[in-house]
Order: sequence, then structure tokens, then C-alpha cells
Amino acid sequence: MGENMVSTTLIRAAEYEDANPLLPNPWEAAVAGIGFIVLFIIVVKVIAPRFEQSYQNRVEAIEGGLNQAEEAQAEAEALRAEYEQQLADSRAEASKIREEARAEGAQLVAEAQEKAAAEGARIREQAQAQIEADRAAAAASLKAEVGTLATQLASKIVGEALDDDARSNRVVDRFLADLDAEQQSQGAPQ
Amino acid sequence: MRGPALSSLALSAAEEGGFQPPTISETHLPDILPWMAPWGTGFGKNMLMVILAVVLITWLFSFAIRKQALVPSRGQYLAESAYGFVRNTMGRDILGDKHFRPWIPLLFTVFFFVLFNNLFGAIPGLQMPTFSHAGPAYAMAAIIWVTWIGLGFKLHGAKFMKLMTVPSGVPKPLLLILTPLEFLSNFIIRPLTHSLRLMAVMLAGHIIVMLAGSGAEFLIAQQEGIANAGLGVAVLLGSIPLYFLELIMMVLQAFVFALLTAIYIQGSIEADAH
Repeated sequence: MGENMVSTTLIRAAEYEDANPLLPNPWEAAVAGIGFIVLFIIVVKVIAPRFEQSYQNRVEAIEGGLNQAEEAQAEAEALRAEYEQQLADSRAEASKIREEARAEGAQLVAEAQEKAAAEGARIREQAQAQIEADRAAAAASLKAEVGTLATQLASKIVGEALDDDARSNRVVDRFLADLDAEQQSQGAPQ
Repeated sequence: MRGPALSSLALSAAEEGGFQPPTISETHLPDILPWMAPWGTGFGKNMLMVILAVVLITWLFSFAIRKQALVPSRGQYLAESAYGFVRNTMGRDILGDKHFRPWIPLLFTVFFFVLFNNLFGAIPGLQMPTFSHAGPAYAMAAIIWVTWIGLGFKLHGAKFMKLMTVPSGVPKPLLLILTPLEFLSNFIIRPLTHSLRLMAVMLAGHIIVMLAGSGAEFLIAQQEGIANAGLGVAVLLGSIPLYFLELIMMVLQAFVFALLTAIYIQGSIEADAH
């Protein structure tokens, strides 16, 4: 609307003026066209790529920073999980070791007890054997001595020397055997 | 619409005395090479400003982005915001996420080329928008026109002509009227309005500047009396808000021109969607 008014005014103006503003100067048109195309080529080759690049760089920098932060966080998370795992592992191991130690200790105690018991038994056995041997020795020595004593006593009592060794030995042996039998029969019920 | 008010002011002045309002011919300065040759015969101010715009845009943006710092300096931030404005507002929002990337350089070039050339009209010494001359405006619109039509035929083949001229869902008899209208509207009127919108607004702004300047000069320097001088000062003061209005128009027209470029390209890409 406004431009129509302006152009009609101009056309009216042109009617009584000498120049028509609608008629172009072809050289000016050519220079403007060429100038525009030159500028367009400069913009395509240099200016627009630089602005786009700058914009792209900024986008990448911001997104890269975000990604980096995310990565760092993930890494920290992984480390934390690892530490926690390690901690749990070492705790489990410690309790296992404790358990083992306890079991080992119990075993050691049991072994020691067993050994002590065995030792005791052995000592008792030895002592018994010793006693038995002593008793046998005592019995043997007694047997000899008692025989002699009894023989002497008997000969004194009888008043005659029992020279006949064979007979006296037989008598002594029988006596001792009786003594033994008596002792056996007395000891068995005990 | 203070233009007409100002020109009527100038015309009333012309009735009283010998004031000559500035003419269209006066927007056509003599050429630089050869020096002071008649306009249109050599290398002129308009062409110089086109080259200046190319150099300035290249230097400013290359300089601002030279470090490609992740944490931008103030200059780089400004340049990136400007680039991002074209990229996102005109590119992504209109062409869509899927298609906008290859078109960023074109939209960027169109917007800043038109913007810088327009702003030359607000810079003392240059004081003329390049696109207040029809030639450059036609050239720009023609480049865009070839681009979107070429793109349409590349994407849709010969069917593109049908897609652009035969509206779907319209009764057959109406097509007899609508098809020529659509053809006229899309292929002929579209590039004309695209270029003339820019040219007319820039020329109007330029003429207002010339009018204010010559009017104030006439009233203060060539007329006698304190009242006329006061009026001249008033014209000068009045031209200050006009200057800022013009500044807005310059930015707005660059935006509109680039926005329409994006819309035309989008129309070619998705010609079969409507």
C-alpha cells in the first residue's frame, strides 16, 4: 500500500522530471550483481564455515565437558564399588581365618589331650609293668629266701638237716605253690 | 508519511520564491571515473559503495571471528549474534530444520549486503542508499528469482511449473482464470515487488533527506527574515526524527528483503506441500 503510494508519487514526479527512477543503469546493476556474487562466494568459502565451526567447537566443548564429568563420575563409582568389594572380601577372609584358627586351636587342644591321655596310659602301663617286675623279683627273691628260711626253720624244728636237697626243694616248691594258689584264690575276688 | 507533508512545504516555498525541489536526476551524481562524467557512462558512486559494502562485510565478519574463541570477545559475540540471527530467524525458522543449512550463506549475504548498502544512506558523506537506484535492486531481485526458480525445477522437475501455477482443490472452470493469475503473480510480479519495495523505500528516504537539506538551506541561506530562518531550523530539527525513522526503514527493508528470499526458497523446496 505504502509503497504503491510512493511509487505513484515517484511516477508522477518522473512525468515532470527528467529521470525515471524505474529505469535501471545497467552498469550499476551489473556491479551490484557481481559484488553480491563475490560477497556470496566469500561468505560460502570463508565466513559461514568459520561461524559454523566456532559454533560446532562450542557445542563440542560443552558436550565434551559433560561427557568427561560423566566419565569421571562413572570411574569414581567403579572405584568405590571395587573398594567396597575388596573390603567385603577382606572381612570375609578375616572371619574365615579366625574360624580356621579356632578350629585349629580346638584340634590342637584335642590332640594334646589325646596325647596326654596316651602318655598317661603309657606311664601307668610302664609303672604297672615295673611293679609287676618288682613284685616278681621280690617274689623270686622271697621264694629263695623263704625256702631257705623255712628249710632252716624246719630243720631246726625237725632237728635234722635236710640234706637231701632234692627232697627239700620239692617240699619248698610244693609249699610255695600252695602259697601261690592261696594267694591267687585270695586275689581273684578283689 | 511525513514525505508528502515535507514536499508540500517545499512546494509552497516554491510558489513564494525560487525554490527548486530536488529532482530524481539529482540522485544520479556524476561518475567518478572518468571524473565528473555524466551519470551512467563510467564508474560511479553507487558502484563504489557496492564494493565498499563487500569489503566492509568481509573484513568485519572475518575480523570478528578470526580467533574462533570458545569464550567470545565482545566483537565476536556481536558478530555471532548477527550471524545467528540470520541463521536461526530467517534460516531455521522459515526453511525448517531439515533444509536450512545450505541456504545460510545466501541469506546471510543477502541480509548484510542489503543492510550495509542501505545504511550508507545514513552515513554522512556517503548519504545515499545503494538500492535507491533501480539497477542494483533489480539485479538483487533477479539473482534471487533465478535462484528460487532454478531450485524449484531442480527439486521437482517440470512439475514445478504446474505446482506454482495450478492451485490444488479449485474447480476446473476457475483454473482458467486462476492459472494465468498465479503465473503472473509468482513469476512476474513477485520479483518486481521484491525489488521495487526496496528501491522505492530507499529512494523515498533519500529524497526526504535531499528535500530537508535543500529546503533548510533555501530557507536559512537564500530567504530573508527571521521567520524563514526559524522555519529552516524547524526543518532541520524535524529531519532528526526522520533520520531515525529512515534508519529503522533501512534495517527493516534489509530484513524484509532477506525474509522474502527465505520465503521464496521455502516455497520452492515445499512446492508440492501446498
